[in-house]
Amino acid sequence: MLFEETIAAISTPPGQGGIGIVRISGPKSLGIAREIFVFPGDRVYPFRDRYLHYGKVRDNENRIIDEVLLTYMKAPRSYTAEDVVEIHCHGGIISVKRILEEVIKNGARPAQPGEFTKRAFLNGRIDLAQAEAVMDLISAKTERSARVSVDQMGGGLSGRIRDIRERLLNMMAHVEVTIDYPEEDIDEPMISRMREETTEISKEIEGLLKTAEEGKIIRQGIKAVIVGRTNVGKSSLLNALLRENRAIVTDIPGTTRDVIEDYINIRGIAVRIVDTAGIRETPDQIEMMGIERSKKNMDDADLVIMVLDSSAPLGYDDRQIMKYLRDKKSLVLLNKMDKEPLLTREDVAVELGGDIPIVNTSMTLGTGIDKVEDMIYKMFFEGEIESGHDVTVTNFRHQDALIRAHNHLADIIEGLDTQIPLDIVSIDLRGALDSLGSITGETVADDLIHRIFSEFCLGK
Amino acid sequence: MELFAGEYEVIVIGGGHAGCEAALAASRMGYSTAIFATNLDNIALLACNPSIGGTSKGHLVREVDALGGQMGLNIDDSFIQIRMLNTGKGPAVHSLRAQADKNDYHRIMKATLENQPGLSVIQGEITEIKVKSGRVVGVVTDLGDYFACRSAVVATGVYLKSRIIIGEYSVNSGPSGFFPANSLSNSLKDLGFTLQRFKTGTPARIDGATINYDRMHVQPGDEVIIPFSFLNDTLAREQIPCWLTYTNEKTHDIIRANLHRAPMYSGEIEGIGARYCPSVEDKVVRFADKKSHQIFIEPEGRHTNEMYPQGLSTSMPMDIQRAMYRTVPGLENVRIMRPAYAIEYDCIDSKELKLSLESKSIEGLFFAGQINGSSGYEEAAGQGLIAGINAVQYIRDKEPVILDRSQGYIGVLVDDLVTKGTDEPYRMMTSRAEYRLLLRQDNADMRLTKIGYDVGLVDENRYDWFMRKYERVEGEVNRLKDLIISPTREVLEYLEGRGSSAIKSGISLYELLKRPEIAYKDIESLGGEAEGLLRQDKEQVEVSIKYEGYIDKQLRQAQQFKRLESKRIPVGIDYTNISGIRLEARQKLNLVRPESIGQASRISGVSPADISVLMVFLEKRRREN
Repeated sequence: MLFEETIAAISTPPGQGGIGIVRISGPKSLGIAREIFVFPGDRVYPFRDRYLHYGKVRDNENRIIDEVLLTYMKAPRSYTAEDVVEIHCHGGIISVKRILEEVIKNGARPAQPGEFTKRAFLNGRIDLAQAEAVMDLISAKTERSARVSVDQMGGGLSGRIRDIRERLLNMMAHVEVTIDYPEEDIDEPMISRMREETTEISKEIEGLLKTAEEGKIIRQGIKAVIVGRTNVGKSSLLNALLRENRAIVTDIPGTTRDVIEDYINIRGIAVRIVDTAGIRETPDQIEMMGIERSKKNMDDADLVIMVLDSSAPLGYDDRQIMKYLRDKKSLVLLNKMDKEPLLTREDVAVELGGDIPIVNTSMTLGTGIDKVEDMIYKMFFEGEIESGHDVTVTNFRHQDALIRAHNHLADIIEGLDTQIPLDIVSIDLRGALDSLGSITGETVADDLIHRIFSEFCLGK
Repeated sequence: MELFAGEYEVIVIGGGHAGCEAALAASRMGYSTAIFATNLDNIALLACNPSIGGTSKGHLVREVDALGGQMGLNIDDSFIQIRMLNTGKGPAVHSLRAQADKNDYHRIMKATLENQPGLSVIQGEITEIKVKSGRVVGVVTDLGDYFACRSAVVATGVYLKSRIIIGEYSVNSGPSGFFPANSLSNSLKDLGFTLQRFKTGTPARIDGATINYDRMHVQPGDEVIIPFSFLNDTLAREQIPCWLTYTNEKTHDIIRANLHRAPMYSGEIEGIGARYCPSVEDKVVRFADKKSHQIFIEPEGRHTNEMYPQGLSTSMPMDIQRAMYRTVPGLENVRIMRPAYAIEYDCIDSKELKLSLESKSIEGLFFAGQINGSSGYEEAAGQGLIAGINAVQYIRDKEPVILDRSQGYIGVLVDDLVTKGTDEPYRMMTSRAEYRLLLRQDNADMRLTKIGYDVGLVDENRYDWFMRKYERVEGEVNRLKDLIISPTREVLEYLEGRGSSAIKSGISLYELLKRPEIAYKDIESLGGEAEGLLRQDKEQVEVSIKYEGYIDKQLRQAQQFKRLESKRIPVGIDYTNISGIRLEARQKLNLVRPESIGQASRISGVSPADISVLMVFLEKRRREN
């Protein structure tokens, strides 16, 4: 086999197509498919060459990402002449991106521009006449992706990555100079604080990776779940939010999902609202199942909106749900403020026992809806989510490179803790620098030597 | 007037460290060889510091030795002090450095050349290289003698049009008063080579009888001597110490007050000097806030008072040299015996060479050492050995020996020179090697001796020695894997004494040795000594077991690297019209003409996308043919 690495990319155009396809090529394709794909009923079947398989893609915490159709094309009878797996999922950007993320987490790397076609050609799949076209395709795609990538990065991100690289390079120069010049009397404060410095840089990268998650929110929207007993005003809330925002209501086509998801647009942020069935106040088996189902929905959600009826006292299951809210980003609506109150803000606050915001509303009068929107916006875009919003990692390749750099830093810390000599630890320093260099296009070799000689006074 | 004076299969031009290795390699491989030096008294001259080895350079010496070269044996016979540097760090960067008796080093190497069957040692300046139909055919001396050859190695060091500069004074001269070679530059230019001008320098030699050592710190050699050559497992010898002292503000004041008289700053010197080899005036200017620089006083030999003050390289005029040297503690009354000087010389653009060190344009013509823009005796020897081997391989019509970056520092050195070129004298450093943990000084024989044997340079004696070592090491590793010790009271007490955590059940000594705090000698205490193991065997066993995890990690990286290295690019590709490769990359590729995809990817200015396009182009070309 010519290529050992497995590559993956979204191979349908971005946008609102009916289906999206994630393509994986290389020796690990089948293994990745086994890892993330579940057949109906959690049964295990072998994948058959060139058959469509129906099932679901799940993440490593066993949460379902999407229902999909999966094709496996055994080498060499595939586009690239390697083992290829294609996952057909729902269109739009959300499913395909999340599936690609899972594929990468399980051992593929993001494909370079034109890489599938390049492999197809090098593996003898495309005929000679097309060679020129393939070459042009690679260079054109690379140029475009570089442009897009630079646009995406903006000054902020590239600056932050350069800073990190700079600090690593500095650290490496200090390590290397003591190795190459053991007899020079060089002050080595840096070596003693290497662990500290590595930890700091590692945190910095974690911060950037966190923005990748935020970037996901910006791209994919916030998933919000509305919970509460029956008849407290959940549907009215949903309708009010929809009406207010002239929402784009898209039933995701062709699904057999048991929840209906609607998109609303709050100040430019897509919010995907999942309306759950109400929980009825009867202490029987079915009610317990209702709570369980709500919990399951809440697990997946970025935001939980709980609606309470202020004209009725708190019930057993209200309390059950409220306990659960403490671990989630959540918002409590005290609805029916137009009626005689039996439940006050204070009662609710005491019961919640945290800093969960409470908003008074009346769906009947249409009051408080603005406040709800304000609150949602603030929770996600003003400080509630940490780190500055000046930089966001949105590109898969950047994210992948940062993750690799981060892994190297973890290895450095482990090495230092187990007294591995510095010259060996620096293998991972070089690794981290190489990973970041793949974003900024810089190589370690020349930079390092230059740094050593500009920083230290050495020689005969 | 040219007179036919003789015929050799290989001719080596220059008797320095590159030339000696090239000539010995070629003749030992069974090809009649002549080595020319402008003066037979400058053979293997240690023109600058009287030492061999050091970080990464010690590795180069070990590699030369493992391949069947002479430098390791020669320094083992002539050292007056030896130290293993970096022992506080990991095994990859342990580095040997020896102080040489300069005279012995020259004398012993010269005798080795003289006694080598098939090798003629001839004094003479080569003024012209003769080329016919794109192949080297012979050389001409200044006296008009014409010697025919089938291949030649140019190893002229710093002698091409060399000029020495001391303050306002300058003269056309080689090092230490030897004649320069003034004609060969023009011959090379006529043959189409691009010449550039590099510069280096050396400190004064001072009279040891005028030094007050009480004001300095003594720097003795190691108690246990570890020799360079794998053939010498241990050696005993009386050693001579070095001394450490420092410059101070007074020294720096004198330099600063007289900078206008320094050729580097007055514009007198045009050659490009190396950043890592600055003169003391350079250091004072560039690192103005540093109050003091260290100076090592190194003996030049057992039978001389001359001392080499490492750290006081300068091209200042004599009165300043004297004044500033005398500000250094211990040198208050010092007498200078030979002046410090800067030296400028011609060298070629190493990008005009192949990885075999053969010229890209002239068949059979090889280059090695400082003429390629490198600096250092060890760098020269490594290149000389490769050039000598390949001068023979060329005659044999066999594949050249090319070490890649995962096989040796020599590979890193040659690849850097040929692929990237250098705009200053190139010094080897461990930081230049990506696979440092694989390229250790302790395993150079494991990496390279077989390669040397296969081309006929390593003799049966060395190969047999190596094979027996290999078997002993393997046997010991297996013994440690099989030997299980139990948590007896004695074992637990021993471990506690070493600050190592207790074992709960039986554990193999192999596993135990992986613990950072456990050394091989602990294993010997716990499990008994193995029979007949040499020092170097134990070192090999210890390192390969202890760092196995990291070594495996690097091996995997190296494998990935080798895949690109093994994708050969056919000769004669014209990159000018390959659409899809950026213009800058096309120019660079045309200039370097890389031999593999891996090499192409290391050329600065060639991007991964260019490489992708190149791979598609090559596949297209392959299918068309």
